[in-house]
Amino acid sequence: MLHTVNKSVFERNSLQSCLNTIDDSSVILLIEDGVISAAKNTKSSLLADLAAEGRVFALQGDVEARGISSKVADNIKLVDYEGFVDLVVEHGTAVSWV
Amino acid sequence: MSTKKFMYLNRKAPYGTVYALESLEVVLIAAAFEQDVSLAFIDDGVYQIVEGQNTDGIGMKNFSKTFHALGDYDINQLYVSAESLEERGLSADDLMPLIYEDEDDDWAEKPSVKIVSNAELSKLMSDQDVCLSF
Amino acid sequence: MKISIQINEGPYQHQASDTAYQFAKAAIAKGHEIFRVFFYHDGVDNATRFTVPPQDDRHIVNNWASLDIKNAEGEPELVVCIAAALRRGLVDDSEAQKNGIEGNNIHPAFRISGLGQLIEAGIQSDRLVVFGD
Repeated sequence: MLHTVNKSVFERNSLQSCLNTIDDSSVILLIEDGVISAAKNTKSSLLADLAAEGRVFALQGDVEARGISSKVADNIKLVDYEGFVDLVVEHGTAVSWV
Repeated sequence: MSTKKFMYLNRKAPYGTVYALESLEVVLIAAAFEQDVSLAFIDDGVYQIVEGQNTDGIGMKNFSKTFHALGDYDINQLYVSAESLEERGLSADDLMPLIYEDEDDDWAEKPSVKIVSNAELSKLMSDQDVCLSF
Repeated sequence: MKISIQINEGPYQHQASDTAYQFAKAAIAKGHEIFRVFFYHDGVDNATRFTVPPQDDRHIVNNWASLDIKNAEGEPELVVCIAAALRRGLVDDSEAQKNGIEGNNIHPAFRISGLGQLIEAGIQSDRLVVFGD
């Protein structure tokens, strides 16, 4: 499955709720304000393990728009919108944590 | 038409925003399509099916009663996150007693609501073909 | 692959419609089919033809229209939920007439239809992606 999270970890619990129910093979794509959770910050440990497994992606345009390109945490992979489409195609059912 | 597994993911409380009401409207329509329908209530979504809602004081329609009709539409898989209930100081007793009649068991009345752990929710979600979030 | 999209938010207030548009454009560029885009909740406001953004801003309604998403019969597959639309003051000719309202405000690239269209999109498509708040 592909889980998309579009809110900052500092604003809502959607990332935490996603992490509570994600299975072992699913991936997370951070979009819109969700990319704030991709930056190195006091909450980075939440995603560190999944990122190390190559299962965390962030939408590049949203990262750049928010001026945090240089702060993206280790192992989080940036994708463009075509990459977003590829993730949807490759990972089956999409779950949006809106 | 083929049968797919549809999950309706409800994470927002009723009344403060329209998502809960309009999600329920989709679910009622979905019943006509004879798909495998389940509803998940996670986070503040659990408040959608709390017993004793009274909207007299806010001038809005109390749509919680509509959940009682779901059983008649063969929608009887309502999964509630145990962790979300616990975090909010709620338990099974605080939820509406939603039931359905099981046609495979001499129309016995059975509960539609199942309280599940995050691990069980994870497994249920992994089985879905379509997940509609509200 | 056949992909459908559900949009829960109106234009400009939230990024949801912008992200969905960029996603749809990329999907089409990669040779996928956008089977249907379903506008629900405040998402119905993406379909008003009365939208006039400042000249230096993107025109979200026209962006959607420019994707020219239609079915084999030539009908638009930018579908606006009728119940959500009527609640929020968005009507086509037929609904205006039924409700005694003069004029209509739906952009011709969109059409108004029932919630069943969302379920059908889920059944017919290989993927359904939701964009919201």
